[in-house]
Amino acid sequence: MANIKLKDNIGESSLWYDEWVSDQSKSLPQGQPADEKEKFKFIGQYTKRIDGEKIVTGQARYTHDIKLRDMLIGKILRSPHAKAELFSVDLNTAKSLPGVKAALQVNQGKILYAGQQVAAVAAVDEKTAEKALEMIKVEYKPMPFVVTEEKAREEGAPQVHDERPNVEERRGYSRGDAEEGFKQADAVIERTYKTPIEIHHPTETHASIAMWQGKRLTIWDSTQAIHSVRDQLANALQIPAARIKVIKNYMGGGFGSKLGLNEHTVVAALLAREAKRPVKIMLSRQDNSLCVGNRPSSNQTYKGGVKKDGTLTALTLLNYTSGGIRGGDRASEPIIDVYKCPNVKVEEYNIYTNTGAARPTRAPGLVQGTFGLEGFIDELANEIGMDPLELRKKNYTTKNRGDTGIPYSSKGLDKGYEIGAREIGWNRRNKVPGEGNGRIRQGIGMASGIWWGAGVPGTLADIKLHPDGSVEAICGTQDIGCGTRTHMAVVAADTLGLDPQDIIIKIGNSDYPWAPLSGGSLTTPSVAPAVRDAALKAAKRLQEMAASKLKVPAANIILQDKKLFDRDNPENALPFEEVMKDLPNETVFHGERKGLPIGYAYNTFGAHFVEVEVDTVTGKIEVIKVVAVHDSGRIINKQTAESQIVGGITQGLSTALFEQRIMDETIGRMVNPNLRDYKIATSMDIPEIVPLFVDIVDPLINILGTKGLGEPPRIPISGAIGNAVYNAIGVHIREIPMTPDKVLDALKEKEVGR
Amino acid sequence: MEKENKGNALTRRDFLKGFGTGALGAAVAPKLLAQEAESIQTKEGKIPVYSKKQITLTVNEKKISMIVEPHETLLDVLRDNLNLTGAKKICDRGECGGCTVLLDGKPVYSCMFLAIRADGAKITTVEGLAQKDKLHPVQQAFIDKDAYQCGFCTPGFVVSSVAFLNSNTNPNTEDIKKALSGNLCRCGNYFKIYQAVDQAAKQMRRP
Repeated sequence: MANIKLKDNIGESSLWYDEWVSDQSKSLPQGQPADEKEKFKFIGQYTKRIDGEKIVTGQARYTHDIKLRDMLIGKILRSPHAKAELFSVDLNTAKSLPGVKAALQVNQGKILYAGQQVAAVAAVDEKTAEKALEMIKVEYKPMPFVVTEEKAREEGAPQVHDERPNVEERRGYSRGDAEEGFKQADAVIERTYKTPIEIHHPTETHASIAMWQGKRLTIWDSTQAIHSVRDQLANALQIPAARIKVIKNYMGGGFGSKLGLNEHTVVAALLAREAKRPVKIMLSRQDNSLCVGNRPSSNQTYKGGVKKDGTLTALTLLNYTSGGIRGGDRASEPIIDVYKCPNVKVEEYNIYTNTGAARPTRAPGLVQGTFGLEGFIDELANEIGMDPLELRKKNYTTKNRGDTGIPYSSKGLDKGYEIGAREIGWNRRNKVPGEGNGRIRQGIGMASGIWWGAGVPGTLADIKLHPDGSVEAICGTQDIGCGTRTHMAVVAADTLGLDPQDIIIKIGNSDYPWAPLSGGSLTTPSVAPAVRDAALKAAKRLQEMAASKLKVPAANIILQDKKLFDRDNPENALPFEEVMKDLPNETVFHGERKGLPIGYAYNTFGAHFVEVEVDTVTGKIEVIKVVAVHDSGRIINKQTAESQIVGGITQGLSTALFEQRIMDETIGRMVNPNLRDYKIATSMDIPEIVPLFVDIVDPLINILGTKGLGEPPRIPISGAIGNAVYNAIGVHIREIPMTPDKVLDALKEKEVGR
Repeated sequence: MEKENKGNALTRRDFLKGFGTGALGAAVAPKLLAQEAESIQTKEGKIPVYSKKQITLTVNEKKISMIVEPHETLLDVLRDNLNLTGAKKICDRGECGGCTVLLDGKPVYSCMFLAIRADGAKITTVEGLAQKDKLHPVQQAFIDKDAYQCGFCTPGFVVSSVAFLNSNTNPNTEDIKKALSGNLCRCGNYFKIYQAVDQAAKQMRRP
């Protein structure tokens, strides 16, 4: 009987990227810097996805679509109680049902949230498995629970974890002397901003298939992290990682909810071992709402001091965050880093509740913290009668930690401000928030954003050349929807003088060279430089081979348009395939994403400018236009990069206007665990979106000068919408989602205030 | 877009509701679907088994006869019996459009449509839209405009878009938005999808 417990990191922040990257860097040699002037044929241009046809014809196979011979369907019984002791689990009746091939108890301890797994079965089909679940007899002793942050903070509230209080202090931050700073200010204000718990809701619910062949285990998994799943599964099952292979070809969204091993994957492996047949477990939409992560809430109180000329003298943040049975997200990154300010103090607290554990959700912590800080900056600007964009420019930084730390390797946010203001028509905004008339009020607002995105040193990729002229690029990364296959093809093709369609891409298999999980905007700045490194080595070999045939020095040989030729005499040329013929079978070139120079901060930046209309009768906010300007270094493929921006803005708009998990305090369960009651943005809610890049080649970050783009477009948007609404109606909605009831309440309060 | 809903015919939702609530289940299920034919004995008692039914579908221009159980949805039959996995099960309750297929030319949520109800119908799935090696203009437009990210909702969007453009060859952006409001894309690429549908409309207008 298995008692499955994944790595316990209760209370830890999900923001590990910066520490991870800097740790890795120390042990690796630095790479060659990017050449700013280098011109490419495909990199930085628009290349259509090389696997587009598979996707639009329904041929792309997701884990959802995979069926193996003799495969069983696994189902998991989940606790209806938010907190309970498990007395007994009787599997005998379920096991006696014809067609049931395995049944397991998968929890022996305490139930800490409704939806936590209790037992599992594998049967010949879904209907039989569901029937078998009904036949499992479980005796629970229900216990007092608490499922909302407000209740969990109350004195005498039921304690979620035996070993820790419901409210627990996290690591804080401090520089200078905030109290002293407030004394120097001309204006000091304090405001509280709130964000709710969000659910990731990837379209493909989490799914795993486990198949044993002797001692070897193959897992097909809907995951953002094939290597992490392999390693964590090896640990959970106590078998060598080398005996496990994890495969993921296509995945229907993740947004952080698929960043590591899931409990149901372990269950699938155990059921498959017991039944001696492959087992597939596909979570339901409801399971997806309860058991595989969420974005923690925040309750951020900012206090800030500003001089009449816009100089920030002090900023403080007190934040309460809840990630259910796990710690929440740090919301303090923006206040610590984004604006020049000598005196900053941060205090943050986790609040535990009897609800499912948080997981990183696209831009963890930064979505929450940016909504808070960027709203607060606008309110500070209003306090001193200053243009909010001017206030941001006044406190611009070129070093991290609010200009007190180490220099950024590159930062194009100033250019982003300039381009964005021009594109949106910043001068059209209300000079005094809410100065317009009539039922429909227009407003324009903006917000800045910061993220990491340097990629992970040590990422590996191979280029394999075949004597028949075919070329493979191989990497154990995974495409989570960003177009990773196409990015790899673009980089390899540009280096070898081929077309992207000529490169055969092999990814999504943990037997391939190591690459990090796909999250945190890591993939492109990890994988693209590794592919480039391998392809440069392959190109060098081909140059040497061509040089002897063309009787010119290898350094003179150019690879372009499927030919190798003498730079001084382009007529002196050989077709690519002609040179390849002389290669031995399968020549492999290993590439690596090298280390980062120490002493610099590696960050990405963005600025969003938003135009809204607010209906003062219905309270409905309509976003009309969004201009998004991003500094993510050299863009590898604008075609897919623009989609990332469009997607980030759409999700951020959804966060700002619609999304929230709602808990029933009396029964301890989620009220809206589906896609109807948990409202997400639809095609009716989408504004005009203008995605733009400042296109700075980062001189230090890697051989291509490229940074990540996954998180950045998700970050400023909610705050920018909030600020545009403020500009339209003159009252700040400090809590998302900004639903019509909140808008109407705010308008009413404003009226009363007058 | 108007999703197919045949008058008072029994939907899967009604059926599931009925199935679980005794009297209604007993009254409705046998009448429309099948008689209670046999039962199996378990420790929990007898479980009724409703009889299977043979249906004939024309799927992507191929006529197929098969035996289905009365509770099986058109989506499950397409995916499990015919291995046509383009249509996806995303919400499994008619909220997202990921399972959209054409039934006699009209878009339906196949997760909400019982297979026995589709008996005799002509079904087109995303796999059946391309003609030989030539993609449907909607499919080509999705590639050209990068109107997808993870691609999981794409088959549903492509089929919904085809159905829409078959009925409106000259749509404006508002028309397109409304037409696709029954499909959800969590990566959030709607803005690119409008552009793709617009391109396809222009292409399909050309003689």
